[in-house]
Amino acid sequence: MASLKDLRNRIASVKATRKITKAMQMVAAAKLRRAQEAAVAARPYSERMAVVLANLAGAVAGQSGAPALLAGTGKDQTHLLVICTAERGLCGGFNSSIARLAREHAERLIAQGKTVKMMTVGKKGNDALKRVYGKYIVEAVDFRGQKAVRYDNATGVGATIIRMFNEGAFDVCTIFFAEFKSVISQKPTALQMIPAAVAGGVTADLGGAVYEAEPDEGEILTDLLPRNISIQVFRALLENAASEQGARMSAMDNATRNAGDMINKLSIKYNRQRQAQITKELIEIISGAEAL
Amino acid sequence: MALHFELVSPAKLLFSGEVASVTLPGTEGEMTIMPMHAPVLATLRPGIVTVVRDGGATDKMFVRGGFAEVNAKGLTVLAETAIAMADLDASAMSEQIKSAEVDVAEAKDDETKRRANENLDHMKGLQAGL
Repeated sequence: MASLKDLRNRIASVKATRKITKAMQMVAAAKLRRAQEAAVAARPYSERMAVVLANLAGAVAGQSGAPALLAGTGKDQTHLLVICTAERGLCGGFNSSIARLAREHAERLIAQGKTVKMMTVGKKGNDALKRVYGKYIVEAVDFRGQKAVRYDNATGVGATIIRMFNEGAFDVCTIFFAEFKSVISQKPTALQMIPAAVAGGVTADLGGAVYEAEPDEGEILTDLLPRNISIQVFRALLENAASEQGARMSAMDNATRNAGDMINKLSIKYNRQRQAQITKELIEIISGAEAL
Repeated sequence: MALHFELVSPAKLLFSGEVASVTLPGTEGEMTIMPMHAPVLATLRPGIVTVVRDGGATDKMFVRGGFAEVNAKGLTVLAETAIAMADLDASAMSEQIKSAEVDVAEAKDDETKRRANENLDHMKGLQAGL
């Protein structure tokens, strides 16, 4: 049985923990709003980009010599999985659910006899995967010590992906991230980037007209497609940032509540024990007095 | 008849509205888009986008690394960097030039190097005129 002093210490330490988790929750809430705004602000760009790309892809479809980034290499032997996670933990199942999705995808591909390569963006994903899949990880990027996702980060990752593609290091590229649905719901998502899967919901709105292109279509596509990769990476990173803060907020909210429950339980135990001790002491005094 | 114009960068939607005309710094030369323009796709070099509103008032915006699309619905400019001229001061410009210099240094083949250099020259010209 724990002594009164032990219980007092225990209560003090749980109280300290509650303070920390409460603070983390509030920080996450503040960051979430900013991250959410950034994710929303980036949406028009990626949407317009998807429309332009769909229009342009429609124009060059069927022509031979379409760029490989759009049409693919014609094989699907080697797969590159780009796994975007957070830099930090303490955000519930956020990192592990992305890692799990990637792991399942990788297992499926390996079972089909494909070659798998991995690129991790973010420290936690690397930590989660390197033990089992260390030999598949070809690149690991992290943005430690950085406050917010910048577009340069995405172009850096995009440039690496394109360099590897041009070197023929892989045929198909899929990016993994958590889509931000709401504060309590983040959905791990896999999105194919190369060959560019032209979004199904986007319809060309040319009305049958043909584009004049300046310079020609091929040149625009070679300019546009790498940019599209960067944009998709950027979007994934932004969605991830918002999801991470959302996940952390609800995880820390739970932790705060659990700490509160625990404090209540411990306090009750402490009071009971204190009372029992006082009663015991009284009985001792009284029985001592009676014996005289 | 007004032209629907949108200028978007990954950071935000910079401009959206009906305008009289827009002058763009195309890779192959300046061009002005008026309402009812034929569908065009064009890449842009770093430069100034001039927007003429219906009343004749003009807005200027600096763009870098982008392209323009004209279709039946209007004109959309997608730029990696877009800054309203009012917010563009010497320090912001030198920052942009620094990043353009990085582009030149990182260019691997001759073609991209030539382009990066061209972009850098344009931007230095703009800086001189600021």
